[in-house]
Amino acid sequence: MEKEKVPQDKGNLTQSNLKELVYATDENGNYTTALSTGWEPKTIALSNSIDEINERIADAKQQVENGEVSPICYYMEINKMDLTILASYVGMWKWRVKRHFKPAIFAKLSPAILQKYADTFDISVAELKNIKTA
Amino acid sequence: MQTTFTHHQSAHCENGVASNLLKNNGLHISEPMVFGIGSGLFFVYLPFLKVNHAPAISYRSLPGQIFNKLASRLHLKIKRQKFSSVASANEALEANLKNNIATGLQVGVYHLSYFPDEYRFHFNAHNLVVYGKTETDYLVSDPVMETVTTLTHDELDKVRFAKGAFAPKGQMYYPINTPATLDLKSAIIKGIKNTCRDMLAPLPLIGVSGIKYVSKQIRKWPVKHGTKKANHYLAQMVRMQEEIGTGGGGFRFIYAAFLQEASVVLENEELKILSKEMTQIGDAWRNFAVEASRIYKNRSVKEDAYNTIADELLSIANREEIFFKKLKKAIR
Repeated sequence: MEKEKVPQDKGNLTQSNLKELVYATDENGNYTTALSTGWEPKTIALSNSIDEINERIADAKQQVENGEVSPICYYMEINKMDLTILASYVGMWKWRVKRHFKPAIFAKLSPAILQKYADTFDISVAELKNIKTA
Repeated sequence: MQTTFTHHQSAHCENGVASNLLKNNGLHISEPMVFGIGSGLFFVYLPFLKVNHAPAISYRSLPGQIFNKLASRLHLKIKRQKFSSVASANEALEANLKNNIATGLQVGVYHLSYFPDEYRFHFNAHNLVVYGKTETDYLVSDPVMETVTTLTHDELDKVRFAKGAFAPKGQMYYPINTPATLDLKSAIIKGIKNTCRDMLAPLPLIGVSGIKYVSKQIRKWPVKHGTKKANHYLAQMVRMQEEIGTGGGGFRFIYAAFLQEASVVLENEELKILSKEMTQIGDAWRNFAVEASRIYKNRSVKEDAYNTIADELLSIANREEIFFKKLKKAIR
């Protein structure tokens, strides 16, 4: 990549006023560094991922409202986690966390366990029990 | 409390922290040099490991490897510590700062408050340097940022004890013994040999054969998973390749910069030619990203588009195969 061709597209970093460092060649073909504000293909890739996450959140919300899964599922998606990550944050086996996805089992969880989830998601137990208050 | 430390921005966090810590100890080693000697360039495809709900692809070696390899090849001593409790992790860091030792930390990205929201996902192999502490904050030099920044005490605890794959467990590291003179030449040769070996490894998921394998898989993605998932996989691949930290083109440009520097140190003209070739290969990776982005931008495309970029990827793999064979010969 030549230095003049280092992309300066509007990207996800622009609004935070961040620039990333890239390696590019100068007019003599020697390597130097340059700052880039963003690059369109990357921005699209990232917004694609964000759309994907938002869709997952919306799906989870719908499922919670339909009583198919417990609110833990919804908060897991909001926090961009998956089962493995969530299980390691709350310090429980994956199968146990998965079990807590069932609304009937979630309803019977002890305050201590609920608190663990609430702490992980950085919310109160009341918010955990009712996604509408969040 | 503040140690003497100068921040330099870099493309990639681990190289950057290594380079900054060494510069701080009077050893002027550039980021590309760190990356090349530490054999950072790599390719691995792990379809059974899902990151952000897509198969994991990495363009670099395992976290921590670059600095470790660099240290052993330059005969530096690096001290690494992991902790079981937040309190002992803080104590050790505090003791270091008191002794004027700027300290490298492995952290999770998700709770880094100075990152834009879009970039905060559960990735635990980020690196930064803590060079001081105030009543409320830690003074932080994050090599991918233009300037130094801060994290509150709470925030630093959180990022040091992030959970999930590659959980940092409070890991901190710093050079404890740096030799007065460096034998760069032999270190560079070892680094290059290691990279050639990795990239030409006769294993299906690694190096050039890994790239070829991904190319084969891309053709199957739209049929096997549907367009939506296939697009998501592709977008994730481009993110791994181009996102902050790679310096562009899946680290190929940093590597080309390394080869250029190496050609001077080793007085080897051929490496300079190979550096140019690597730049062109990097440009080909950038083209691949452009073509891929066209696919996931339009959302509904013909299956043929996947075949086209798979061909492009295959041609990159073939070029890299020839390249690393030449590189291997060039340093003999």
